[in-house]
Amino acid sequence: MKNGRLNRTLIRNNMKSSTGGGAGDRRFQYLALSPAIVLLLLIGAFPVIYNLVLSFQSQTMLDPDTSFAGLANYQELLSDNRFWGAISHTLIIAGFALPVQLVLGLLMAHLFVGELPGKRLFIALLILPVVIAPVVAGAAWRLFLDNSFGPVNAIISWFAGGPVKLLWTVDPTLVYPTIIIVEVWQHTPFVFLLSLAALLAVDRSQVEAAQIDGASGWTVFWWITLPAIMPVLGMVMLIRFIDIMRIFEMVLSLTEGGPGTRTETLSLYTYTTGFKDFSLSYTGAIAFVTIIMMSVVLWVILGRMERGR
Amino acid sequence: MNAQNSRWKRQKSLKKAVRFALALLLTAFFLAPVYWIFITALKSPEEIFAVPAVWFPEQLHFENFTSMFSAGELKPIFNSLLVATFSTLLALAVGTLAAYSLARYRTGGRALAVWIISLRMLPPIALAFPLFLFFAMLGWVDTYHGLILLYAAINLPYVIWVMRGFVEDVPLELEESAAIDGASRWQILWYVVFPLVRMGMLATGVFAFIYAMNEFAFAVVLTRVDVLTFTVKISHYFGNQTTSWAWIAGLAVLGSLPVFIAVLVMQRYLVRGMSMGAIKG
Repeated sequence: MKNGRLNRTLIRNNMKSSTGGGAGDRRFQYLALSPAIVLLLLIGAFPVIYNLVLSFQSQTMLDPDTSFAGLANYQELLSDNRFWGAISHTLIIAGFALPVQLVLGLLMAHLFVGELPGKRLFIALLILPVVIAPVVAGAAWRLFLDNSFGPVNAIISWFAGGPVKLLWTVDPTLVYPTIIIVEVWQHTPFVFLLSLAALLAVDRSQVEAAQIDGASGWTVFWWITLPAIMPVLGMVMLIRFIDIMRIFEMVLSLTEGGPGTRTETLSLYTYTTGFKDFSLSYTGAIAFVTIIMMSVVLWVILGRMERGR
Repeated sequence: MNAQNSRWKRQKSLKKAVRFALALLLTAFFLAPVYWIFITALKSPEEIFAVPAVWFPEQLHFENFTSMFSAGELKPIFNSLLVATFSTLLALAVGTLAAYSLARYRTGGRALAVWIISLRMLPPIALAFPLFLFFAMLGWVDTYHGLILLYAAINLPYVIWVMRGFVEDVPLELEESAAIDGASRWQILWYVVFPLVRMGMLATGVFAFIYAMNEFAFAVVLTRVDVLTFTVKISHYFGNQTTSWAWIAGLAVLGSLPVFIAVLVMQRYLVRGMSMGAIKG
């Protein structure tokens, strides 16, 4: 790792000396970057600042009151049960879906490490749920689980020997299992694909040496394979966690946040306050808090990963 | 010795057969809902709502697509394709330049790189809300250029991050010898670097395209009628009383097919593309 960094510095110095370095090079360096920066400020700086400004006012769509309102919105946020509910709903989904995805994805990857007829075709087909639009995934499952004409209830009825009508997307006891199943279904192949790549890159000679020394399958996995694939697993977990924290349209098309607000996630709540209730300033406060929370987590973790490059 | 050997072989092939069966089972589970929405698009209205559910319709019906076409309900597919294509091209052009600057000069250091990729991971709806107010002020809501610009911006962190890796793969000696021959920075970029990262750009572009095709949160906020994308249109078909499953399925099929094809063509780059370039696979 250290070496890699040293090399890059060397490379950079080399480049500079071979082109004479100097002002022309520096101008190029920033000129090449500047169009990107302009576009990035549109999503990276403007919304953050505008959310902050809004949050200190008390604007609604009907009442453009831009006078300074202090921390009123943030105070309201602290005692807003729906806001805290939305955060905990999102965390519940992450807390269940993430471990299941991880374990299932790893197991699947394990299955595909050796030779298998039609391996490439299997992988190509397995990956399709990942690239489907989340709104389509939600719609497909809502249709799949429909209480009267969906095939899942038909299969369950067949096993039960009588008509079973489970209300997967409405019944309060079933909505979370449903959302978690769909989330696991859609993104386990993502974990699978990257874990498989990591497993295939594990040094075989180390594994074989341990096996010759009489290490059991579990010992080899725990002490050699797992540490070797840990960087990839860490990144996979980060991507999945962040993605679930902003889960939106899949839930919208499955349960619409219901019954009531039982499955309302953070993104769904933000959307409702902004575009159904039109409380602009309050939404600004929610959005600002969300962005800051996520950014801090991201900067810490990504900063550490980038240092390891 | 020989008998033992053949038993060992038989055991091995049995294990392989079990693994193959498991793989089949898993594939069936992961494809079943996809198959279901695809086959629904090709069913007759009676078959869609038939109890018990029809797994294999007797004949395929394409009326759903023709009736959607004549009702003008397919424009969202066109919109999605158009916005995804142009935003991807813009993001690729701007992003590759930036990636070169980051890869070769480490412009902005680690802090800039981390800030850029963190933008890709923020919740879209928290960003979309102020952007909606901004776009409303500019009159950009429900316009092609508004959505294209936004999608380019939202895909940019991904493009920069992945392209940085592809640029780093270009042997530095090539650039150096071009520099010694008197080529300017822009000439080196155009004649040395671009030809070598072309495949990387194509792969990165495919993933940016997929993201733009599938995007929902920005589109639901920033489009109304003219630029409505297929994902938002699908959400409109969910009704309180009746849900138009035939049309939902129709749009789902037409919107997913380009993505599926792109993925199958780009299979070699799947791992690299999905890991944001972290695994070179």
